[in-house]
Amino acid sequence: MTKDKQSFEEDIRRLQKIVEELSGGKLSLGDSLKKYEEGIKLAQGCSHALNEAQRKVELLAKKDAKFSLEKFEDEPAEGES
Amino acid sequence: MEKSRHIYTVSEITQDIKIILENTFGEVWVEGEISNFRAATSGHFYFTLKDKDAVLSAAMFVRANRQLKFKIEDGLKVICFGKVDIYPPRGQYQLIVESIEPKGVGAQQLAFEQLKNRLLKEGLFDPAHKKPLPLMPFRAGIVTSSAGAAVRDILQILKKGAPCVDVIIRSARVQGEGAALEIAEGVEDFNRFKEVDVIIISRGGGSTEDLWAFNEEVIARAIYNSTIPTISAVGHQINTTLSDLVADVFVETPSAAAKIIVDKKNKLLSELESYKYELISSVTAVIQGLKNNLIALRHMLKSPLDRLLEKQQLLDELSTALLSHIRHCLSIANERALSLIKRLEALSPLAVLSRGYSLSTLVSNGAVVKDAAELKAGDLVKTMLKKGSFLGTVQEVIEDDKR
Repeated sequence: MTKDKQSFEEDIRRLQKIVEELSGGKLSLGDSLKKYEEGIKLAQGCSHALNEAQRKVELLAKKDAKFSLEKFEDEPAEGES
Repeated sequence: MEKSRHIYTVSEITQDIKIILENTFGEVWVEGEISNFRAATSGHFYFTLKDKDAVLSAAMFVRANRQLKFKIEDGLKVICFGKVDIYPPRGQYQLIVESIEPKGVGAQQLAFEQLKNRLLKEGLFDPAHKKPLPLMPFRAGIVTSSAGAAVRDILQILKKGAPCVDVIIRSARVQGEGAALEIAEGVEDFNRFKEVDVIIISRGGGSTEDLWAFNEEVIARAIYNSTIPTISAVGHQINTTLSDLVADVFVETPSAAAKIIVDKKNKLLSELESYKYELISSVTAVIQGLKNNLIALRHMLKSPLDRLLEKQQLLDELSTALLSHIRHCLSIANERALSLIKRLEALSPLAVLSRGYSLSTLVSNGAVVKDAAELKAGDLVKTMLKKGSFLGTVQEVIEDDKR
């Protein structure tokens, strides 16, 4: 899992806070620009996490109470239904 | 008569009645309502079957009642199978019940209703216990048959709509004996493994019997105890399973479970777009506000040079006005002077002289002579003509010149 995904919920919450602070219009120009930059960066990171297309499909196996992940073939052969 | 009379002992006659009863009825089906139900410490059940007009004692021994799927309780309308027997110590006939089925509903259905009631009272379906799904489940665990249609449906929809989601499958049999235990174990395994942020408990459609595993207590408890949010997605049209009732979210098909995740993704993406837009418009508003302030300040702060130029301009304007005013005054004065000159010219004695008149002055005092009486003979007089003048001496004074 990518870093963007790990901190996703936290990032979204931080982004929501920044949007709120910035729309309040009470920040100095310097702070506004700083928040803006951070907000855009967070939004792009989150979008990136959602648009990622490198999924893994695995099978959870258990042996002697120990878990392991095995590759799972999720592409059914043509004609199979 | 007396000789032929046969005297039974109580035991003998009881034994005979027992044989008659057994031979007459053998095994029977009896329908009635249960009352006075009592489970003895031995494990045997004792109750009476009754209808409107009669009661029948019944006993169901532990070897028979162990098989019961549902709970027997007073008021239950049942059909019992067994044989009529005598209980000699009490001199009482009774039905020895081998099996019971509820009247109207199937035994399984009744067992389900009873279990559902019990779990409801225990609070397993309590909405307050339900956990919210994560904002975005990037790792979905699925408990289902790895060979079934459910897993394929879910994988397909996630692949198309949310390929950012990793999937871990915990394979479990989803029907037949032992299926419930395997599914429950799957849920527990994910809770121990910890690597997923939602668990989908799923199987494709099937008959009520096929789906029965999802109605078992062990599944309900495993889902209830899961610390990871759960989605129950058991394909069905009519009945809601216990798994549905306990899970945090339930949907009717495996596809619908996958769609929940896809929808979450799409909603988040559009939210992110609007956040970006808000950020841009907020920061633009801040900059525009500052720009406006700057313009206002610039107006307020005039440079000394600007002020000097302004004064010079004022000065220029005033001096131009002054000049033209002076010119105006001069031209008025000029005109007035000219008209005065014309008038003076008209009045000048020289003008009279030009017409042939002459002007004489007394040379001694320079006075103009207007009256002859002012003269005496011998006075020197200077007479001016239009052109030139002459001196003369008065010969005679004629005071009254009648002409």
